[in-house]
Amino acid sequence: MLEQHLAVLPIILPLIAAPIALILGRSILSWGFATLISAWACFASWQLLATTLSDGVISYAVGGWPPPWGIEMRVDTANAFVLLAVSAISTLVLLFAKDSIQKEIDESQHALFYTAHLLCLAGLSGILITGDAFNLFVFLEISSLATYTLVSLARDRQCLTAAFRYLVMGTIGATFILIGVGMLYMKTGTLNMMDLSERIHAYDSSRTINTGLAFIMVGVSIKLALFPLHAWLPPAYTHAPSAVTAFLASTATKVAVYVMIRFIFTIFGAEHVFEDMSMDLILMVLSVVAILKCSYMATVQSNVKTVLAYSSVAQIGYMVLGISLVSVTGLMASMIHIFNHALMKGALFMAVGAVFYRVGSVEVRAFNGLGKQMPLTMAAFALAGLSIIGVPLTVGFISKWYLVTAALEQNHWVVAALVLAGSLLAVVYIGRVIEAAYFQEPEAGRAPVKEVPWTMLVPMWILVLANFYFGIDTSLTTEAAKNASEVLFQNSTEISALIESLHGPEAVNTANELSGEVAQ
Amino acid sequence: MNYVLDYYNYWIVVFLMMAGFYVVISANNLVKKIVGLNIFQTSVFMLYITMGKVSGGTAPILVEGVTQYSNPLPHVLILTAIVVGVATTAVGLSLIVRIKRSYGTVEENEFENKDDAI
Repeated sequence: MLEQHLAVLPIILPLIAAPIALILGRSILSWGFATLISAWACFASWQLLATTLSDGVISYAVGGWPPPWGIEMRVDTANAFVLLAVSAISTLVLLFAKDSIQKEIDESQHALFYTAHLLCLAGLSGILITGDAFNLFVFLEISSLATYTLVSLARDRQCLTAAFRYLVMGTIGATFILIGVGMLYMKTGTLNMMDLSERIHAYDSSRTINTGLAFIMVGVSIKLALFPLHAWLPPAYTHAPSAVTAFLASTATKVAVYVMIRFIFTIFGAEHVFEDMSMDLILMVLSVVAILKCSYMATVQSNVKTVLAYSSVAQIGYMVLGISLVSVTGLMASMIHIFNHALMKGALFMAVGAVFYRVGSVEVRAFNGLGKQMPLTMAAFALAGLSIIGVPLTVGFISKWYLVTAALEQNHWVVAALVLAGSLLAVVYIGRVIEAAYFQEPEAGRAPVKEVPWTMLVPMWILVLANFYFGIDTSLTTEAAKNASEVLFQNSTEISALIESLHGPEAVNTANELSGEVAQ
Repeated sequence: MNYVLDYYNYWIVVFLMMAGFYVVISANNLVKKIVGLNIFQTSVFMLYITMGKVSGGTAPILVEGVTQYSNPLPHVLILTAIVVGVATTAVGLSLIVRIKRSYGTVEENEFENKDDAI
């Protein structure tokens, strides 16, 4: 019976489980329950990815109302791929959280943490799976509200102002998306993404649609922390509990990148967005600035969590750069990097969380001498750090390889050079921490610390090993990402063919009549 | 002149949107920021509600002899968005309560100096 509802399982499971986790109350019970549910959601996502790779798109009508009237859940390789990364990271982070949150969140709020985590997972899965533009906004807000709560759970009082700032920025972003979707609905009379993509080209030159595009792009850019709109991200990631940061850094912004890809390629059509609206130039400039500026910012921070937060903004630059190159390879580089960056940032933030667990501080100074005292944690940090830098045999190398290939395909030599310059800056900011850990003596007066418990080491090392596994055997990631970007581009080219047929006046009239029917 | 009068509903939306947005950016008091955010969101609700109105259409309830109805879908969508807005406000206000408790103030400039909140 569950088989036929497979497409909604990754949303429904955590959504139903969230209040139960709260009712269970005791920390250990909610932890076990939340981890099981998250693992189940991860298994369902795996099945979804396998199904989409073999049989193509899965369409599920919620409540039995057929699309475009009802809400459609639509799973193709692109979202199944990101979904797998999100739910797998969620499961690993929950494993890690059991001990990590003991030090960072009050005992009385542990059940709340698991509840908010499950709600956030439900929201993120919903954003990925849904095939309805308005539904996407609702899931976006579910995940965001859970995120603000998660950020504010830390003991450090600065987390409150960080969460508040995040709330204000996030709400503005989501409302911008809402305005944009409203404008699309005004013209086309539909909210279903596939339906939108068929109708929208009759109005390519309409000012309403193009304003809608602008609102959506700005809104999504706030959510994914694209360069000038990233101000909320570093404080939120710095002051949130480590388990929360590990989860958010590797999933939330990636899902927003997916939303951007979906809106550009599926709904508006790459041709219109990039050729008529020159969005590629805007995105390329912003992402290159993000890579350089934020990698530089990362090198001058004293708090390692802030270093990694700025590094995240820079890595988002790589993903958006892939989109802005407008080619299958570029999009593929973005998709691969979404997956790979989740692996590296998850491992890095977990290692930092482990250091906080033992040392109680995450300043660069606190790392002095930890190479000997916490060998496994620091080895994990160093290896995941190599992956961020992009050393061969790690996943970071794979993403950068595809990104540079994509840039060179289009003769963007400067962009390729700047991508490599970003990697050099990564050597600096990761190198500072490694230098402190392995080549500095421990600070005088600090009691020697032990290695963290295995519940924290295991998920961290699973991610580190995954960094190498997917760096050597790239068949799964490249196949899924290639398939995904081909599906997305195919959508766009099919639509371009459609424009041709729609450009006849008769076709445009038919489209108008159709949209009128639904609107009335 | 017609351009202003015919589209008066959109002018109201634009005015509220910009007013709310300005308050969010400029206000120093966190509660005022939430108020601004609310005005901003409300303007979008109005945008949706006014776009659902079909000129000459009545309320979308099936009645004998009426053929033209307003579009109920945007109105229903906005019910969801209102719920989302209420939830956001609730989370925002509860954060303010906790900020007041730990910082002793809700004026942004007052705690910014205390321990440079980023």
